[in-house]
Formats: sequence, C-alpha cells, structure tokens
Amino acid sequence: MNEALRQLPPLIASHLLLAAAAMALALAIGLPLGFASARRPRLAAISVGFAGLVQTIPGLALLALFYPLLLALSALIGGGIPALGFLPALLALTLYALLPILRNVVAGLRGIDPAVLQAAEAVGMTSGQRLRLVEAPLAAPVAMAGIRTAAVWTIGAATLATTVGYPSLGNPIFAGLQIERWDLVLAGCIAAALLALVSDFLLGLIERGIARRDRWRTLVGSALLMLGLGLACLPLLRGPERTVTIGAKNFSEQYILARLIGLRLERAGYRVAYREGLGSAVAFRALASGDIDVYVEYSGTLWTGTMGRTDNPPRQAMLGGIAHWMDAGPKTGLVGPLGFENAYALAVRPDSGLASIAELAAKAPDLTLGTDLEFGNRPEWRAIRDAYALRFKATRAYSPTFMYRALQSGQVDVISAFSSDGRIAADRLTVLDDPKGAMPHYDAILLASPAHAKDKPFLAALRPLVNRISVADMRTANFSVDRDSDKQTAEAAARWLDLRTRR
Amino acid sequence: MSTEALAYEQASRHYAGVVAVDCVSLAIARGSFVALVGASGSGKSTLLRLANRLDRPDRGRVLVDGTDVAQADPIQLRRGIGYVFQNIGLFPHLSVAENIGIIPRLAGREPVDVGAALDRVGLDRALADRLPAQLSGGQQQRVGIARALAGEGKLLLMDEPFGALDPITRATLGQTVRTLHDELRLTTIMVTHDMAEALLLADRVVVMRAGKIVADATPHALVAGEAGPEADALVAIPREQARKLTDLGS
Repeated sequence: MNEALRQLPPLIASHLLLAAAAMALALAIGLPLGFASARRPRLAAISVGFAGLVQTIPGLALLALFYPLLLALSALIGGGIPALGFLPALLALTLYALLPILRNVVAGLRGIDPAVLQAAEAVGMTSGQRLRLVEAPLAAPVAMAGIRTAAVWTIGAATLATTVGYPSLGNPIFAGLQIERWDLVLAGCIAAALLALVSDFLLGLIERGIARRDRWRTLVGSALLMLGLGLACLPLLRGPERTVTIGAKNFSEQYILARLIGLRLERAGYRVAYREGLGSAVAFRALASGDIDVYVEYSGTLWTGTMGRTDNPPRQAMLGGIAHWMDAGPKTGLVGPLGFENAYALAVRPDSGLASIAELAAKAPDLTLGTDLEFGNRPEWRAIRDAYALRFKATRAYSPTFMYRALQSGQVDVISAFSSDGRIAADRLTVLDDPKGAMPHYDAILLASPAHAKDKPFLAALRPLVNRISVADMRTANFSVDRDSDKQTAEAAARWLDLRTRR
Repeated sequence: MSTEALAYEQASRHYAGVVAVDCVSLAIARGSFVALVGASGSGKSTLLRLANRLDRPDRGRVLVDGTDVAQADPIQLRRGIGYVFQNIGLFPHLSVAENIGIIPRLAGREPVDVGAALDRVGLDRALADRLPAQLSGGQQQRVGIARALAGEGKLLLMDEPFGALDPITRATLGQTVRTLHDELRLTTIMVTHDMAEALLLADRVVVMRAGKIVADATPHALVAGEAGPEADALVAIPREQARKLTDLGS
C-alpha cells in the first residue's frame, strides 16, 4: 500500500490540473452560452440539446473519439496538434462538464421573477448593470449547483484520461485492474473520491455563501479552493528537466518492461514519467508523434498492423525491414530487440513427448486443441494449420486462465499460448518448435521516438538491454506479477530483471 | 417649449394586429395628479409605459418636459422618472436600503439618505437592513414607492400600484401617495381600474376604452354626470355602493 501511496502526489497534481482546466474552459463556454440561451429559446434548444447529446456518449468513448478527430485535424493543418495526452482529455472533459453548467445557468436565469426584470428595466439599468446586479446574483445559487455537479463529474471522469496517455488517478486504477493489484485500484479510487468530496464541499460552501448573501462564507470557500488547487499542484513545480516519457500497453509484461527501462534511464540521470495502459494501436502513433519517448513493441504487430505487410520473413529480415521502414517514414528509432519473443506458440504438457509442431502434426487427429477466444480467427492459426496440415480431433476456446487449467486437467492436449507467458514456466509446459518458421515473429523490440532516434546518451542508456532478456527470465518476471498468491509489483519484477540483465 | 410634464401626440401602439393605444393625444400639466381608468385591455398600462420607453409608439410622439422620448437615451430617461407597478418588483437579493438607493447607485450619484426616504413613505427606519421577503405586501410597495422617488424625478408613473393589496392598506397607501405628490410637487399618473380610488385621489380622471380616451374630466365633473355616458357607467358603480352603504346605516 505504501508503494501505491507514494505514486499518488504527482498523479493528484496532474489529475486536479486537468479537472480544473476542463472546468475553467467549461465555465468560459457555459456561462456566456447559458446567458445567451436563457432569452433565446431556439439557441437554448440547440445548445442544451447538444450538451445533452454529448452526455449520452460514454466517457471512455468520448475520449477515444477525440484521438482520430485530433489526428485528422492535425493532418489538415500540417501537424502540430497533439492527439494524445492533455488536449483530448481536456476537450472531452470540457464537453462533459458543459451540460450541468449550461442547464443550470439557463434554469437559474429563467427562474427569475419577471417583475424583478421589469423593475430592473424601469429603474434604468443598462443591460450590463442588469446582468451584474440582478441576473448574475439571482441565478447564481442554481448555477452553482450545476457547477458543483460538473466538478464532481469532471474529477471522476478525469481518471479516464489515463487511456489517452495523460497521467491521472486512473493510472493506478487501470494498472491495478490489469495486474490485479487491488491496493493500487483502491488508492486511485479513494484519492479521486476524496478530491471530488473536498471540491464538492468547498463549492457547496461558496454556493451557500452566495445563496445567503454571506460574503465571508463565499470568500473562505473560494480561498480554500484556490489554496487546495495550489497545494495539490506543488509536485508539478519541480519542473521537467530532461524528462522522458516511457509508454506501456495494457498488460503485465509491458508494465514490467516500462519500469525496467525507467530504472536504466533514471540511473543515466533522466527524470522519468510513465504513460501506461495505452491501447495497442495507439502506442506506436504516440511514439511517432513524440507523446512518448520510448516503449517496447512486438515486431509482428508493427509488420502486419502498422506496416500492413502480409508476408512472413525470417527474424533478421523482419527486423531489418522494420528499421528500414522507420528510417524512411516515421523517423522513429529501432534501439534493438530485447532477446525474447511474445508470439503465439503451441504448448503441451511436459509428459507429452512432443518437441515440435512437425511431430505434433502426426498425432493431432487424436488430440484436442484448446485456444484463447480469438486464436481460431487469427492469421497465426491459419499459417501453422496450412504449413503443417494440422487437423485436431476437436477445438475448444477458453478464457486464458481456464485454457491453462484445461491443459493441466487433461481436457485438452495442446494450447495456444503466448511464448513469454509466465504460466508456461510455472506449469513446466513445453513450447513446440516451429521448424518451418510458419508462425510470424513477435520479437520484443525497443523503439525510440523521432527526437531520441539519434540521441547518443539516450541510446547508450538503453543499448545494454538489447538481446539481454531471455524468454525464461521474462516468463519468470511475468509470473511473479500475474500469479494468484505472493504477487510482486511490476517495479519489483523490473528490479529483478534489471539484476538478471546486468550480469 | 411646452409647459406640459407629459404629452402624447397622436400616439398609437399595436401588438400583433391588436390595437392597444389608438391615436391618443393627451397633455398633462406639471403638478397634476391624473388617474387613468378603464377595463383590462383598454390600453391604459401601455399608454403609461410609452412615457418611460418601456414601450415605443408605432406612430405619433410622446413628449416628456417637451422633449420627444424617442430622441432621449432610454437609460437616462428611466432614471429620471419614478415607476411603480403592481408586482412591485423589489430586488429580492438586495436589502431595503439597497433597493431604495439603486437609481443613484446606477447613475453614480451621491447615495440617498435611506432614513429620510423611509420616513417619507411612513416606514420604520429599522427596516433598512431587511430583505424584501421579510416585509408585508404593503411595506414592500412603500419601499417600491421610496425607490421610485429616490431618483428625484418629478414625474411619477404608477401602474395599478395598489392592485395586490388589501383594502385598508390600499386606502392608507393612497393617502401617502397623495401627500407625497403634494409635498414634492410631483406630476403623478396612476393607472387603476378602481373608479372610487381615482375619484378620491386624482385631480383629473382620464377614461380609456379600446385604446381611445372616452372621457377626460375632474372628479367633480364626473360625479356630476358631465363627462358623458362611458364615464357615467363607471361612476355608477361606486355611487351605487355608496348609496347602499348609506342605506345600511339609516
């Protein structure tokens, strides 16, 4: 729990900064739009209708939508707009906060007694005086209630900013969910809930101050709110000297390797930040655009996915092809392969007496294949099926955990595994050789952003990792994080790998 | 320059094809207390609202102190004309003192003497710090009148000022307004649908029907039946009530 708590202060700071920026922007849009809408029914129908429509989009989807939108916009004006990180999170949260603000400002203004407005006109108020002296103070209590709602929503939804690579209290929540570390999940949830409660309390103080015309209460509430925001943001003041951002996709191996890279870079004097939980398709784009500086990719993913290739060259040719393609196109740098693969592989029980897929092919008609839920539809399966003319007695699909259990209990005889999965070592499974080289290669490769592709000190800090991580070590590290009991943190696993690779 | 405080010259106002004020010409001398009487929808409130440009004539002119209000800055015009209406319209978030002082504050003038303003309308000075919601309806309208007078305009427009009040409050407040009118040498135009109130308070009663003036006479002439059949019909009601009251007493 202590380790979980130590991560929190900078995350609270960036979380609050995002929420506050989104609220400020939503107020800057919502207040004038609300005032304009209150007396124009058609504008009100459009603006409140639009804000309501936005509200029906799930928060995660709204954030995800901004990614392609900003990419397209950036391409349109010739680049320069970051599609990940602060900007998409800010825009999505602002839109989210708009509805309660807009609706309550309109409701507050429409609720003002018409006689009071007539009197304001009759005593000779200019429209500015009417706004300042009558409409704003009378609509304020209702508007404040909307602002409170918006603030609580925004602080809660800001946890989702993690998914577009902006550090927030969602970091421990998403990471904890992935590696089943409930203390991390709890720390993130409780911190976000406390922030929301405190903000709501202070805004409530201001709201009551306004409603009861108690200036003192309003001032104290505002001052405490500003003070809290300032204090929370103190960790950000330490400044980003030579900060590098390490990306990680959303599974244990990636979290461990990101921390390992972080250890090496910190030792070389860099300040390190992490963007974890990136979607698989998003990660490379984040690297190419410089939103992250370094991360671990798998060669086959780039080859078939990003590069759109359909052939299956041998290992070295694929790596050479990737290096060449990156040099010509996105200008990212291939630091080198780490030394292990995380590929689809076929695994059997140690007592099976099988060593390769070629041997398996002969016995396959008597055996049952267990797969994860997607293997049967993937090109990897078609590739080995056709290369070795595999035909099983039966095929059953499981969720990964149950797939390993099914192999152990003998319900199936062969499974589709990931070659670096820790359970292979734990269950002492045999990974079958692929003599025909039919399976595409998924070498773990270390990639650097365009800014660091030729950065010598940076590369010098990372090169010692190249070809130093064996698949056995990676399995052990993964298992120490994934197993059900005596779980290690990704950081602990990374420290262990660090020792192993320095020998 | 005309000596009239307020003059209408063939002023007309239509709302979506309905005539509210139909080519009205009316001159109101400085210092007079005029009651505008008529049934609902007769156009009397619209006529009043043309004077401080809360409404504008489609045709014709409205002159305040000899100046066409269409040429005036409406903000300055309104600050110089007291306006009291049935719904009172006190600012609920401002104290009694702040409500009374609003016009000088808007205009950036010297703050008013709230105590004296409260004395003038017969309210306890201790009420200055109260919020309007803490006052009775009659007290609220007294504050409304004090607010209208604090602009120090000599023209006071009142649109059914006592319409929402009980009869006793109505009567005493009517007397207060008449006294203030005399002391401050105001020109007062009061819209009412209560002929008895008009007869008892005003120097001159103008009767409207369907946007036109159908009678214009002193209370004395009205009661004497010299103002025509329209006015007689309206005067008949309080006269009949008075006769019945007298009969009850005998």
